[in-house]
Amino acid sequence: MTGALLVTVVLGVLYGALDWLIDRWSDALGWIGETFGIGMLDYVFMHHAFLVGSLIAVMAPLIGTFLVHRQLALIGDALAHTAFAGVAVGLFVNATFGTGISPYVTAVVVAMIASLAIELISEVTDAYNDVSMAIVLSTGFALGAVLISLNTGGLAVGINQYLFGNLATVSRENAILLVVLFVVVTLVVSLTYKQLLYVTFDETAARVAGLRVPWYNRVMAMLTAMVVVGAMQIMGVILVAAMLVVPVAGAAQFARSFREALLASVVLAQIAVLVGITLSYQYEATAGGTIVLVAVAIYIGAVLVGKVQSNQVTAEEPRSIPDEELAD
Amino acid sequence: MTPEPTHNRSTGADPIVDVEDVSFGYTASPVVEDISLTVERGEYVGMIGPNGSGKSTLLRLILGLHEPDEGQVELLGHPARAFAEREKVGYVAQDVTENTKRMPITVAEVVLMGRFPHAGFGRITSDDRDRARQALRTVGIDHLADRKITQLSGGQRQRAYIARALAGEAELLVLDEPTVGVDAESVDAFFDLLTDLNDDGMTILLVEHDIGAVLEHTSRVICLNRALYFDGDPVAFADSDALDRAYGTNVRRDDGVVLS
Repeated sequence: MTGALLVTVVLGVLYGALDWLIDRWSDALGWIGETFGIGMLDYVFMHHAFLVGSLIAVMAPLIGTFLVHRQLALIGDALAHTAFAGVAVGLFVNATFGTGISPYVTAVVVAMIASLAIELISEVTDAYNDVSMAIVLSTGFALGAVLISLNTGGLAVGINQYLFGNLATVSRENAILLVVLFVVVTLVVSLTYKQLLYVTFDETAARVAGLRVPWYNRVMAMLTAMVVVGAMQIMGVILVAAMLVVPVAGAAQFARSFREALLASVVLAQIAVLVGITLSYQYEATAGGTIVLVAVAIYIGAVLVGKVQSNQVTAEEPRSIPDEELAD
Repeated sequence: MTPEPTHNRSTGADPIVDVEDVSFGYTASPVVEDISLTVERGEYVGMIGPNGSGKSTLLRLILGLHEPDEGQVELLGHPARAFAEREKVGYVAQDVTENTKRMPITVAEVVLMGRFPHAGFGRITSDDRDRARQALRTVGIDHLADRKITQLSGGQRQRAYIARALAGEAELLVLDEPTVGVDAESVDAFFDLLTDLNDDGMTILLVEHDIGAVLEHTSRVICLNRALYFDGDPVAFADSDALDRAYGTNVRRDDGVVLS
């Protein structure tokens, strides 16, 4: 009894603190909007959108960098579609029992279970194969579609925001959920950065070195599930994987070290999100699609920069590096 | 630990590798059968055998990557599957980086991985970086530290992996056909490096398809084709008929001949 009470109190305090922080963020953006005459910053939902967007633009490329360089880009797509089943479960439970659980919470739970399932399948079959990934993807989406149709008597209403994302529906609760996901993801990655890097670069050598590779693979899959659900609010189920892949692919064009690639992908994603949200507000276009199009444009730019850069390197004499520069 | 019955070459001191009556197969038919051998500290051992002879599989068993169907494997005095004290084991595989991925990562970052098992969840310290830098110097590629690993030649890349093992203060270096895809000139330099490391006390276990190189450089030859055909010094191996029996034909045995 007291345990449950304690948990409730702690969660309440945490929620209150985050709520307060987001209020301050809102104040800051509102002030910027007034001072510089930026009209779109008059709206609280835009404050939420920019907060959620820039947090997504940190954690999606952060996880995506590890996934892409293991040729696991598809796992994000598969988990996004199972997360849709999670949304459907949430809507179904709410309709049946009259509860008010955010569908994003059930989406996190279902996507994390699915991520573990994918991991276990790949451990048993000894390979990530695109067939099993495709099966998980379609199963998740089909399950979601069926549950939603049952729920509404055949009329699938109100799911567009989950499929395509929506700036205006980023509620205070969802923004707080995203901040929590962000904290968990960045904490876990910074704690296990070395291990994840080793496993990403050479799984066999990592095993020989005594790292528990399956364990780190499971951690990675669960983090992916969290990121996917977090990003779903703005990007939507269908486009969410783009945030995991496109900025990372862009950064890989010119980055030399892994750390550089990580940072660059975050920077590119931030640009894509900020420009994308602004454009979508200006032209009343869907935010997810706009962000992805901007990201792809940046990617193309990065490819060109990379080409020019590699031409220069081959033209120059191979430069020697002084010892002092031997850092990470 | 109960004292084990003595088997061939065991000197009683704690061996770094101890393989005992090991059999293993991916399917019903065994790939390695009833193999026993030990490797003492400071040895330079070359394992040869025809394609599909199970030499790489035996290496994977020694490293704990497979569970033997029968028998047991001990590495550094621990069961191989326990993965204990693994910072002391350096591993260099065939050069696969080249064609599989174009991951952006520098040579320095790769070598620093040797320090990861030491650091655990802690931070990489300047001492770790010093050791990585020193390791790069030892293998002679410290000027390439800031290059992308994919930009190196095959020989340079294999040196980087050896540097990773050195950075981790490995006591045993395990190499699985490290010279595949490395040009002939670099191969000689590569074997010279291994000899130098062995002279400094590094135990080396090398799987190699180039019989000539093994006979020339190592101090002990293990020849297998599913079962153990020969285990002894290179001169005795050259005089024996083990090669013919293991490879099943009369192969030419000129120095430097390559059977693959």
